[in-house]
Amino acid sequence: MMPHGKPNGLAVVGTRPIRPDGVEKVTGRATFGADFSLPGMLVGKVKRSPHAHARILAIHVEQARALPGVRAVITAADLPEIPSEESFVGEGPINFRDLSRNCLARDKVLYEGHAVAAVAATTDAVADAALELIEVAYEPLPHVIDVEAAMAPEAPLLHDDLFTQGVEPAPTQPSNVAKRIQFTLGDVGAGFRAAETIVERRYTTQPVHQAYIEPHACVASVGADGQCHLWCSSQGQFMVRAYCAKLLGMGIANIRVTPAEIGGGFGGKTLVYLEPLAAALAKRSGRPVKMVMTREEVFRVTGPTSGGVVEVKLGATRDGKIMAAQAVLKYQAGAFAGSPVQPGCMAAFAMYDLPNVSITGYDVVCNRPKVAAYRAPGAPIASFAVESCMDELARALALDPLALRGKNAARDGTRTAYGQVHRDIGYVDTLAAAKKHAHYAAPLGPRQGRGVASGFWFNVGGESSAEVHINEDGSAVVVSGNPDIGGSRASLAMMAAEVLGIPMERVRPIVGDTSSIGYSFLTGGSRVTFATGMAVVQAAEEVVAELKRRAAMILDVSPDAIEWKEGAAVPTDAYLGKFEPLSLAALALKAGRTGGPISAKASINAQGAGPGFGTHLCDVEVDPETGKVRIVRYTAVQDVGRAIHPSYVEGQLQGGVAQGIGWALNEEYVYDRQGRLENPGFLDYRVPVASDLPMIDTVLVEVPNPRHPFGVRGVGEVPIVPPMAAIANAIYDAIGVRMTDLPMSPPKILAALSGATK
Amino acid sequence: MARVILTGEAGRRFAGGTTEIQVEADTIRRLLIELDRRFPGLGKQIEEGMALAIDGEIYQDAYFVPLRPESEIYLIPRIAGG
Amino acid sequence: MSKHHVSTTINGEPAEFLCETQQTLLDALRDDLHLTGSKEGCGSGDCGACSVIVDGRLVCACLMLAVEAEGRTIDTIEGLAQGDRLHPLQQHFLEGAALQCGFCTPGLLVAAKALLDRHPDPTETQVRYWLAGNLCRCTGYDKVVRAVLAAAAELRQEHEVESA
Repeated sequence: MMPHGKPNGLAVVGTRPIRPDGVEKVTGRATFGADFSLPGMLVGKVKRSPHAHARILAIHVEQARALPGVRAVITAADLPEIPSEESFVGEGPINFRDLSRNCLARDKVLYEGHAVAAVAATTDAVADAALELIEVAYEPLPHVIDVEAAMAPEAPLLHDDLFTQGVEPAPTQPSNVAKRIQFTLGDVGAGFRAAETIVERRYTTQPVHQAYIEPHACVASVGADGQCHLWCSSQGQFMVRAYCAKLLGMGIANIRVTPAEIGGGFGGKTLVYLEPLAAALAKRSGRPVKMVMTREEVFRVTGPTSGGVVEVKLGATRDGKIMAAQAVLKYQAGAFAGSPVQPGCMAAFAMYDLPNVSITGYDVVCNRPKVAAYRAPGAPIASFAVESCMDELARALALDPLALRGKNAARDGTRTAYGQVHRDIGYVDTLAAAKKHAHYAAPLGPRQGRGVASGFWFNVGGESSAEVHINEDGSAVVVSGNPDIGGSRASLAMMAAEVLGIPMERVRPIVGDTSSIGYSFLTGGSRVTFATGMAVVQAAEEVVAELKRRAAMILDVSPDAIEWKEGAAVPTDAYLGKFEPLSLAALALKAGRTGGPISAKASINAQGAGPGFGTHLCDVEVDPETGKVRIVRYTAVQDVGRAIHPSYVEGQLQGGVAQGIGWALNEEYVYDRQGRLENPGFLDYRVPVASDLPMIDTVLVEVPNPRHPFGVRGVGEVPIVPPMAAIANAIYDAIGVRMTDLPMSPPKILAALSGATK
Repeated sequence: MARVILTGEAGRRFAGGTTEIQVEADTIRRLLIELDRRFPGLGKQIEEGMALAIDGEIYQDAYFVPLRPESEIYLIPRIAGG
Repeated sequence: MSKHHVSTTINGEPAEFLCETQQTLLDALRDDLHLTGSKEGCGSGDCGACSVIVDGRLVCACLMLAVEAEGRTIDTIEGLAQGDRLHPLQQHFLEGAALQCGFCTPGLLVAAKALLDRHPDPTETQVRYWLAGNLCRCTGYDKVVRAVLAAAAELRQEHEVESA
């Protein structure tokens, strides 16, 4: 792989062109999942459980089936029964039996809204009527939602075949604790004994939803030959294909998934809910079926992230050197095992160089929708606790919070508790940039306070495929297999344009369906610009190598007489003046004569994704009468590796910060005593709106990742990790009260101010 | 000989509580074969549920990454994202 | 169950459709007229993704019945550009990278147009409060607000030139 690393020598990378899919998005022409239609399409809807926990005694669908206009009705009995097995096909280890039961309940319903049947009918009204006619006999069971309540020995059990992994001796009684994990480095006992100051605190968070504005939507069509075609908004068309194949018992080759434009995912669309149902209904009815979730369904049914309890203990010597760090994390997994407690444990102290660490995590099921990934899954909860505790430690030691972090910062060569050794990282650079930023020295007004916090995310690489085709006029097409959530198409086109040496306007990027491009792991884990970018660069470089060969043939010179510069085959120094340059366009014109169309592809499993670090500064103002916290000023500093398109990198930082602000101040699930969700809508599930936020300043620090040809490291997930602690620390600075329970909503602030808590 | 450090759970479940193993192998693939030979199921568990940090650098699903004779290999949980 | 016949004007052109009593204007636009630019994000008027302008007033199409469109003028995102000439708001959204997934973008653009039609010189705070009914989960609103302010400035300049 050729290194492209000279900042001054880049023509396209680092500039801010208009994204290629932009015009269709601002004119309303872009096709999202629900915008797609096929002739003869039926409407699919889902019958859902009103109980948080119940045994299913019987489901009667005969009346619904008989209703005129109803073309198909399915229950779990119509899907193949899948034995419990774990497989790594999508994001994180996936147990297909659990996924199947999450899509349609078998034996038991495990949360309010759990799907029990689905219908396809000619109109919305008929589908609604059919749902009413489906009778389900339930035996309601006691339910449990809170994570510690679910861990208690007398808690109602969700699964009688769930035994806690990771404890000795292996338990013989089932439990709601799916897993216990442990990471250890050194000897925390000795570390705490050596510490002169110890800070210990307990933190709690509520579940929050990714809250993408576009509800889940898909259209499925199954032919008489069993060939299934799905159009859906998802974070990975290959993931949808694989999951549907497994859940429906179909061969992968018989399913084709075309990705629609996706209206936000943030991890919440890295699995399937409607797609297998739509395909099953399409198969049975012989007609295409469209299914779109309502906003209420999105909240009641689709995976939020965990709520959790985190207990942190830090011990440091007087000069600020942390001798021991300990954390216990308990995360809700929802109805089936699989909370992000493991990455939460790993990320908790990953920013620091610590000699003695002990991290324990518990993955706990409860009667809530199955948790799905949400931007840096697990890390924001852990960092809320750790970074708040760091703030307490800094104050106890009378040290500047940035200085305390700097004293213990992970640098090149730092080993984490889980075994990774950091290399080529920019954490210290973010601390330095934050320290010298004007924000850090700006004066504060009355009832205002300032907080800092840092964050980390691993970022991943993974499998990606890309193709670069040269058109007859010298323009290019770049095909990849990753849905574009945040502008990645633009970055891919820019990297291809840079390698080919042509203007970006001459490169058209498209996202291929599962039959048109090689396998690509889904869009998530901040991986596309890194891994798919790497594949694009590889393919583009092969094209350049081929172009040089063709030029040598045309010019009748030796291939080593030629180098590629600014989109043309030019003589090397040794051959200067011997021949005129041949442009890409001229070569493209002669492609047929010189061997055929010029095209290359790359299918890789990208390794070497560099981790990202961020440091955030936040000023708040607290209204003592209402308890409202206003974000006055926010600066997000992050090591972004190399910003291919700086505007979209800034956008990732700003978007992540806004989600973190919502998580910190207002967002939470509110349940009634029957375990039913009381706020399944945007009115009462309060995400930040334009009037809640100030401008969000971003500082892009670039410490290139040497494992990527352009130095790229993932950027999308890091920015959601610091905000909750940054805000909690700012609130402490403003009103002298340590908020340890999220969200820090007005009633809680008022209670804290009146001294009712802490 | 490459040093393989097992996390608590993998060691407990497949290697009878062992947390550190010496293995001679020059690629990840050969390492997995050897681990599976000594502790049946461990190689598969690593392949499907874990990643490797080789001399600190993370690798997931990469059979042919070469190992140095003194490589230090940590087993770590798979990393995903959102 | 007979349907209602509705005659209305959409983006300056006469349009007609049949609808059920309970159908919303959003349903009619998307399903009957195939104008899928207006999006359904919530169906309850809380997210603004379905923003349209009815007789000059900013409205959530999901909160209006399709039959209420009879005799009214409706402007949707599809009418913002004039042929292939983008409206300055659209142009500044593109240049300022004021969109990521693009789902909320049509609603934001229509709402912003309604703002600038009324208040050609808004402050940042006025822009933020006017757009408070349009949820965006991707951008954090920073670049959106900047794009609206930039478009407002450009439109004021165009106006001055025209009036001169």
